[in-house]
Amino acid sequence: MASTQSSYVRAQMIAAEPPPPGVTGAAHWLKTNLFATPKDTILTVIALLLLAWYVPQVLNWLFFNAQWMGTDRSFCATVVQSGGSQPEGWSGACWAFIGSRFDQFIFGRYPIDERWRPTLVGILFVALLVPLMIPKVPYKGWNAILLFVVLPVVSFFLLVGGVFGLRHVETSLWGGLMVTLILSFVGMAVSFPLGILLALGRRSPMPVIKTLCVTFIEIVRGVPLITVLFMASVMLPLFMPQGVTVDRFLRALIGFSIFASAYMAEVIRGGLQAIPKGQYEGADSLGFSYWQKTGLIVLPQAIKIVIPGIVNTFIGMFKDTSLVSIIGMFDLLGIIRQNFADVSWASPVTPLTGLIFAGFVFWIFCFGMSRYSMFVERRLDTGHKR
Amino acid sequence: MAKKIVTALLGAAVLGMGAQAAQADTLSDVKAKGFVQCGVNSSLAGFAAPDAQGNYAGFDVDYCKAIAAAIFGDATKVKYTPTTAKERFPALQSGEVDVLARNTTWTINRDTALGFNFRPVNYYDGQGFMVRKSLNVKSALELSGAAVCVQTGTTTELNLADYFKANNLQYNPVVFEKIEEVNAAYDAGRCDVYTTDQSGLYAIRLTLAAPDDHMVLPEIISKEPLAPAVRQGDDKWFDIVSWVHYALINAEEFGVTQANVEEMKSSPNPDIKRFLGAEADSTIGADLGLDNNWAVNVIKAVGNYGEVFDRNIGAGSPLKIERGLNALWSKGGIQYAPPIR
Repeated sequence: MASTQSSYVRAQMIAAEPPPPGVTGAAHWLKTNLFATPKDTILTVIALLLLAWYVPQVLNWLFFNAQWMGTDRSFCATVVQSGGSQPEGWSGACWAFIGSRFDQFIFGRYPIDERWRPTLVGILFVALLVPLMIPKVPYKGWNAILLFVVLPVVSFFLLVGGVFGLRHVETSLWGGLMVTLILSFVGMAVSFPLGILLALGRRSPMPVIKTLCVTFIEIVRGVPLITVLFMASVMLPLFMPQGVTVDRFLRALIGFSIFASAYMAEVIRGGLQAIPKGQYEGADSLGFSYWQKTGLIVLPQAIKIVIPGIVNTFIGMFKDTSLVSIIGMFDLLGIIRQNFADVSWASPVTPLTGLIFAGFVFWIFCFGMSRYSMFVERRLDTGHKR
Repeated sequence: MAKKIVTALLGAAVLGMGAQAAQADTLSDVKAKGFVQCGVNSSLAGFAAPDAQGNYAGFDVDYCKAIAAAIFGDATKVKYTPTTAKERFPALQSGEVDVLARNTTWTINRDTALGFNFRPVNYYDGQGFMVRKSLNVKSALELSGAAVCVQTGTTTELNLADYFKANNLQYNPVVFEKIEEVNAAYDAGRCDVYTTDQSGLYAIRLTLAAPDDHMVLPEIISKEPLAPAVRQGDDKWFDIVSWVHYALINAEEFGVTQANVEEMKSSPNPDIKRFLGAEADSTIGADLGLDNNWAVNVIKAVGNYGEVFDRNIGAGSPLKIERGLNALWSKGGIQYAPPIR
């Protein structure tokens, strides 16, 4: 039995041969992906020519020709533009404008010596948000309570003031990125739970609750956000008694949250629809109550499915915040556009630079949200991948 | 017919609001709350725009400061409500703002149906045209067949249509929603003519690639008297807002400036002494419900009309708008103020 050793059977595997030349390496990748057919080759060459023509121009405009330092329009205007110092024909980004107005783009017209308050709120927000987003960090429950319950209250008193010796800062002075972030954070934090309740209500067998939820969702979702904001800012004051005014920012905040909730409800309802009936029946057969069934079995699965939809809604909301500029509130985009009217920075390149900056900031936040949602999706991926 | 009824109803509603507001005594309210709530443009070069510190500055903003200085002797006791073109009237009707200093044209409709009061015109504006010098056009009447860049949703668009129709000229409107788009289109040569209020044309010229290649044509095709507005029915408040403007004009006439206002109190000219409240048993302030040195406070805060004009939109600013119609009546303009005595 032991002497079954045959000399022609190998004792160990042969080392793998390297692939034949021409199917690996950069050359092969280029050949298969860029130059596979004559048509591909032509398209590649055209695309490369376009890039070679366009990219240097963009880079030149954005960086090499750009004006980085300066105190007024003379740094960004050419000599033919009464009072400019750049040579004739010059064109480049005017980053000096962004630099000189950066604080305003972040805080709006918030009083300068009180700006430590929104800064502190920002630091607290990051300090609470980051550990919540990293799965390994413990005490998630406390962390969430601090972020979603304690922080809003603390922020309210810090930002509005009027207590503990803090000066009162009315919301008409708020602006910039601060307003964008507050609007979107509150919108998200309110719309998520409210959306879940509305979605559950819409599927409820109880006729009154169901009718209320359906009516709310359909009415709010059927009206453009711009109309909601406009009604809140223009019509509402006319119907109020003389002298009674509801704060503009609060009006926008409420309109915004309500609007986002209706959208969120429909996204979450999509997830609820996707849960097989067996899951409900399984929970029922274990004797779970409605809230146990919903909280432990249905929602965790439903929300996991609709993460892309939820993040999509969040990103949409984040960008919709710029609509508040039509009711005289200035979010990031609004305050940048408002600064275009300042004659001390009037030049042909100022508006373009401002808009590029605004686009970049919005992109950073939206891209961040999108990447984090993909991370969460991968982490929660428990065998539903198709 | 239905439209008429709706208009009538809306008018009635607005009038109702006006009547409701009329009972209020704005001056007492303002004194009680300690500041003037002033409606300004959310951003208009030279008239109201944020400066480097984020504070509002501009021609209209100086009127807000002047009113606050007249009442409180302190130009900082004013809060601004930035308003868009659509929001401004409801904001004033509902009492959200006490006065609207927002480059608003005084028209019969706004004065009557909307329930506002206008009196002193603080800036005489009018719609004009800007063209490239290379077109060799000397008058707007030569613009037949031109492509005209215009911002949509403004009275500008309507005035333009009226003017070309009245003069039997053809034109192609090139219409945009946002002012930056109009600027970019004109600068890129997509249209031959840019039309908006003349004060705006000067601001826009600054942002063109080669401002010296462009010229503003002499024709003014519309009257745009810009005036601060208040709610109808509160004459005392209306008087204060009006006389603040008249004080600025009178100060320029008398040569009283921000720098010399204290010395001028002891001027030998009785008119100036009276104006500055330095005359014995003067009641020029008390009659308005203000201090006798209210005019002094106004001039200390913002200077006279000429100084306000120069600093924000005139020779002392990048806009360099000519005084034109806004020069004093004694210097070829039509800015005229009743005497203060």
